[in-house]
Amino acid sequence: MFAFAVRRSLAAVVMLIVMSMVTFLLFIASATDPARIACGKNCTPAQIADVKHSLGYDKPIYAQYGLFVEGLVHERNFPDDPAIEKNAPQTIVHCSAPCFGYSHINTALVSTLIAQRLPVSVAIAIFAFVLWMVFGVLSGIVAALFRGRWPDKLLVGLALIGYSFPTFFIGLVLYQYVALKWQIVPVPEYISIFHDPIGFIRGGILPALTLAMIYIAGYVRITRAYMLEAMGEDYLRTARAKGLTERKVIFKHTLRAALTPITTIAGLDLGALLAGAAITETVFNFNGVGKLAVQSAVNGDLPVNVAIVLIAATFIIVANVLVDVLYAYIDPRVRYA
Amino acid sequence: MSVTPMGPDVVEAETVVSDDSSDVSVEQAIAGRTPWQLAWARIRRDRTSMVALVILVIAIVVALLAPIMVAVGLLKPYETHQNLVQGIGSIPTGAFGGISSHHWLGVVPGTGWDLLSRIILGITLSLLIAFCATLVSLVLGTLAGLISGYLGRWPDFWISRGMDLVLAFPQLLMLLALSPVIVDRITKFGVPTGNPSRIVYLIFVLGFFGWPYFARIIRGQVLSLREREFIEAAKSIGASNRRIYFKELLPNLWAPILIYFTLNLPVNISAEAALSFLGVGVQSPTPTLGSVLTDAASYSTADPVFFFAPGIVIFILVLSFNLLGDGLRDALDPKSSR
Repeated sequence: MFAFAVRRSLAAVVMLIVMSMVTFLLFIASATDPARIACGKNCTPAQIADVKHSLGYDKPIYAQYGLFVEGLVHERNFPDDPAIEKNAPQTIVHCSAPCFGYSHINTALVSTLIAQRLPVSVAIAIFAFVLWMVFGVLSGIVAALFRGRWPDKLLVGLALIGYSFPTFFIGLVLYQYVALKWQIVPVPEYISIFHDPIGFIRGGILPALTLAMIYIAGYVRITRAYMLEAMGEDYLRTARAKGLTERKVIFKHTLRAALTPITTIAGLDLGALLAGAAITETVFNFNGVGKLAVQSAVNGDLPVNVAIVLIAATFIIVANVLVDVLYAYIDPRVRYA
Repeated sequence: MSVTPMGPDVVEAETVVSDDSSDVSVEQAIAGRTPWQLAWARIRRDRTSMVALVILVIAIVVALLAPIMVAVGLLKPYETHQNLVQGIGSIPTGAFGGISSHHWLGVVPGTGWDLLSRIILGITLSLLIAFCATLVSLVLGTLAGLISGYLGRWPDFWISRGMDLVLAFPQLLMLLALSPVIVDRITKFGVPTGNPSRIVYLIFVLGFFGWPYFARIIRGQVLSLREREFIEAAKSIGASNRRIYFKELLPNLWAPILIYFTLNLPVNISAEAALSFLGVGVQSPTPTLGSVLTDAASYSTADPVFFFAPGIVIFILVLSFNLLGDGLRDALDPKSSR
């Protein structure tokens, strides 16, 4: 068990390193010249070359990657040039580890930009997670218990309908109609849950619902399928034969077997969502990492994009490892050599 | 939605199997049916799938005819009608977004474009993008799955790690982040700048991020197929790997390929719309379902017809593909429990 966890973590580290290389290569080898953006619109070629040099963009790509990785564990300066450091120390931005680089478009450190927005994304992701787990899994259980009858068809059908609308369309309908026109809930805004828990729920319910909508359909189906599979198992017949009540059979024996695989899927989905929901955050104008990613993509702000992709990938890979290890714990049938 | 094969079908299915495996002469009365005929019979009996199929056939016919209708002037997606819009925000004159005998769904605020023309041509472009992207995923995924499943050992190891890597990328964030980089490259290859480059980008990048899903399914199927006698037989008569891939394995993989093609298409239709909304997909004036809906986003309450019409068209297409995909899965793979 311990050996398995260690091996799995090592593989994840290798994966992260490969991922960071691929991402870095894809972006930095692009045609957009970061020095030109940094320098501004009215720059002469000579000035651009200067900026390029002082920012290190004229170095070979492996050297740039080396600097980037070094920055993750060690501090960096922008621009990293001894001459400027001596003449105009006030123009130098100090970037402490983990340093993801400097965004010339936002004139801010990438780590600062992301750190400001991460709490918003994480809070909305967790709120949505709670909603889709409660509604999706409960509906799936009910659908399985009423297999083939109208509650089953209704729930599976409703979930599929919710899934088939484009996310931003659902978001806009909820925002424009439910919040602004009919004023059923207050206008969505992000309020820290530590500040005002009620305000957080009232302000975040619509974005969370929008986000949850995509997942609910999937969870209804998965839960239903696992429930049906579990309900066909022999040990349930044994449980009934020894005289357990139907309630005990369902809640203690069926649910436990059916929900174990769902926890793993849920972990992966949550991990993928933590680093921002681009569409939902854009629709509801929440300043999360997802919205930052959209803005950076439109503006061509490469350092921010590289950082967001890497952070999101890290969340996904870490969630993968955690889920694998957790699964071995909670499911006694799984034995890893 | 789910169709359980009933009495007569099961008998027929068994007949087919015994046809294959024994020399016992079959009576004339029992006609053998191919697996495709069986599947078609099951689909025919599934009302949901049939409705979805009819809707999709209509949509595809309309999509194919749309460019012709534009050419002969039946649809005018780019013709402005400034006389039909007025006031602040240039909202269409008349009820329901300016619906009239000339403009069945009204006109677009601001420009006065005919909404129906734009939606119909939008179906063509959206389906084209989704179809091509799914095809890219399918070809890459099937090749990877065949090689990885059949060869095993190191090709399997590396292809599987490649799949893990692609799956670990945050897809939407990656699509966003890559767009300025890759659209630029595509333009340098000689594709006209702007929307044509963006369409090529959507097709290849959506396609690229989709291949592991196909590869995983194909690989799983190949793993069990390669142990069967007919593969052993093919190997023993010295068939090349290429022959085994395309003549022996591939004909046995059409069912999963068709099912996942149908289920992957709606994902790409939605993705096209979402990326358009986020500003990295196709933009107006070129009409795709995504770009029309994106234009409508700021008029959601001011001109509800403009807003809801493209949204509902996307919904109907995506829902139909999903329902048909489910129906196909039930029909082609009745043993699967989902």
